[in-house]
Amino acid sequence: MKACVIVFPGSNCDHDAQHALSEVAGFKADFVWHAETDLDGYDLIMIPGGFSYGDHLRSGAVARFAAAMGPVQEAARRGTPIMGVCNGFQILLEAGLLPGAMLRNAGLEFRHDWVGLRTERTDTMFTSASEPGQILRMPIAHGDGNYYADPETIDRLEGEGRVLFRYCNAAGETTPEANPNGSINNIAGITNERGNVLGMMPHPERASELILGGDDGAHIWRSLVAHLEAVPVG
Amino acid sequence: MNNYRVRVTVRLQPEVVDPVGATVEASLHNLGFAGVSGARVGKVVEFALDASSLAEAEKNAAAMSDQLLANPVIEDHEIEVTEAVAGAPA
Repeated sequence: MKACVIVFPGSNCDHDAQHALSEVAGFKADFVWHAETDLDGYDLIMIPGGFSYGDHLRSGAVARFAAAMGPVQEAARRGTPIMGVCNGFQILLEAGLLPGAMLRNAGLEFRHDWVGLRTERTDTMFTSASEPGQILRMPIAHGDGNYYADPETIDRLEGEGRVLFRYCNAAGETTPEANPNGSINNIAGITNERGNVLGMMPHPERASELILGGDDGAHIWRSLVAHLEAVPVG
Repeated sequence: MNNYRVRVTVRLQPEVVDPVGATVEASLHNLGFAGVSGARVGKVVEFALDASSLAEAEKNAAAMSDQLLANPVIEDHEIEVTEAVAGAPA
C-alpha cells in the first residue's frame, strides 16, 4: 500500500506523518512536493500539519491553490482516502473538500496540549479499529482550530453522522472545559459526505508510538489498513 | 491602461463569533474604557491595479476577493476602487 504526504512550504508535520505511515502503519510513504500534478497510484493522501505559506491571510488560504490540490480534488471524487491533520484540515476547508471554516481559538491562545477525543462512530474507514465511544488521547497544537459552520451545515453534519471525533474529558463527556478552542459541538474531526475525506485538528501522527507519550493515533492507521486491504483503490 | 487603487475590507459575518473582537473589547474594558461593546476586528487589503477601465478594475477586484481575499463561509467583503492620483505613491 502506498501513501503520500504532500509537502508545502511551511509544513512541519510532514516527517512525523511519513514516519508514522511507514514505520507504524506499514505504508510505502512518499513525500510529494506541492507542485506535483500526478498523485495516481496512492492509496492514501495525507495533508500534514504546519504553517503552509506562513498562514498568511488565513490558514490554508494559499496552499489550496497549489498544483497538487488539483489531483487531490480528483482523488477525493474517486473515493481515495484523504486525511488532513491540523493545517491539513484547514487546507481541506479552504479547498471546499470539507464544509465550514476555522476561526481563531476562543481566547486567542495557541493551544498545545494532549486532549481526549471521543470516537463518535466506528463504521468508517478511519475509525473501524476503535470501540464505539472509545476515548483516544492525542496532542493538539494550533491557533486556528475553532471550527465554525452555519447552523444548517452543522445540522447536516450531525444528522449524517459526519462528526467522527469530539473533544471530551476523561469520562468521555463533551464539556466546555474539554473544548480547547471553542469549536461548535466540541467538533475535532469531520468527514465529507462520501466519508473518504477526513479533517481533524489533533495529531495522530504524533501519537502513534509509546515513546512519544501515547499510541492512540495508531487506531486510525489500523482502520485505514483494514479498509484498504478489503477494498483496494488507487 | 489606467492605474487604480483598490481597497478590500474583509469582515467576519455578523453572526460569526469573533474571538479577536471579544479579546479587544475585554482589553479596552481592562484599560478603563467603559461603554465599549460589539467590538469586531477585520482586515483591509490595499493594492494598485492596472486595468483598462474602472468597471474592469472592479470586476477583477471582485474575482480576487471571491477566490482568495475573503472566505465566503465566514467573511463578508466590501470593495472600493478609485482612480490613482497622478504623482501619488502607488
